[in-house]
Amino acid sequence: MVAKRFPVEAGHIMMFARSVGDDNQVYYDAEYAADTEVGNIVAPPTFVQASAQFDEDYVLRPKVGKPWFGSGKEASGIKKEPSSGEKSGGGSGGGLHAEQHYEYHRHPVAGDILYPTAKPGKTWEKEGKRSGKLVFSETVVEYRDANGELVVTARGVGVRTERPVDQ
Amino acid sequence: MALKASEVKVGDSYSQRLVEDLKRTQIVQYAGSSGDYNPLHSDEKFTTEVAGYPSIFAHGMLTMGMTGKLLTDVVGDGRLTNYGVRFTNQVWPGDTLDATATIVALRRDGDTHIADLEVVTTNQDGKVVVSGQASAKLDP
Repeated sequence: MVAKRFPVEAGHIMMFARSVGDDNQVYYDAEYAADTEVGNIVAPPTFVQASAQFDEDYVLRPKVGKPWFGSGKEASGIKKEPSSGEKSGGGSGGGLHAEQHYEYHRHPVAGDILYPTAKPGKTWEKEGKRSGKLVFSETVVEYRDANGELVVTARGVGVRTERPVDQ
Repeated sequence: MALKASEVKVGDSYSQRLVEDLKRTQIVQYAGSSGDYNPLHSDEKFTTEVAGYPSIFAHGMLTMGMTGKLLTDVVGDGRLTNYGVRFTNQVWPGDTLDATATIVALRRDGDTHIADLEVVTTNQDGKVVVSGQASAKLDP
């Protein structure tokens, strides 16, 4: 459900910063970063999301030797069985990200090793105009450093929709 | 460079174009860096034929990440104390996104000066795609 161990690596920060279109040299250049207030290559604000890379069981990454629900020859790599319902990922609606909140106790820097723990939060339902019944569920992930100090608290809210969101 | 409490006031706002004509390749790049390979963000065939959307769309977290650039450009590196958003509309390939952060409160927590900001990112049609709040430590 979460990574056991999330090493914060400079190369990973560089790739992440590129992908969000941020050319701030504090994410790329250790010498430049050393002269800034943070003093080190620092994680961009949403970087802990990339801890998914280190989560062995993360469901949204193809796994060696396991079926993947994205397209190959067919539109889905998983045959939809009538009884298996939406859980295959072949469903019409599926999960979307509704909210994300971070509290920074400090900002992770290259070289940190973070230890995330997840706890489920509330779940609630709502009738949506554009996508039918909405089921919201909250997860709180605490990222602690090697000393057990809290570094980042992340609260995410996911939503499963009854049907795709109307455009 | 951090903001100085003595040089800002409530209502000050900062805007930035986050992306113009968002490319599918950037969405793929974000999938690679974040590790979220949900086919909804890269696999047109799956997304249109199985999931029932008109095309692939961006990760909400890509928009939150791009919006985070505005915040760190404004408040400085390592200065945020919190940052949270709601994803209000999907972001599609070809979208152009603009973000605005506005100071809504200036306060002190002990000796620390803090600014509370509201942040909104809109697409080329003026539709809000992300809206949220952030707080940051300021210099005196």
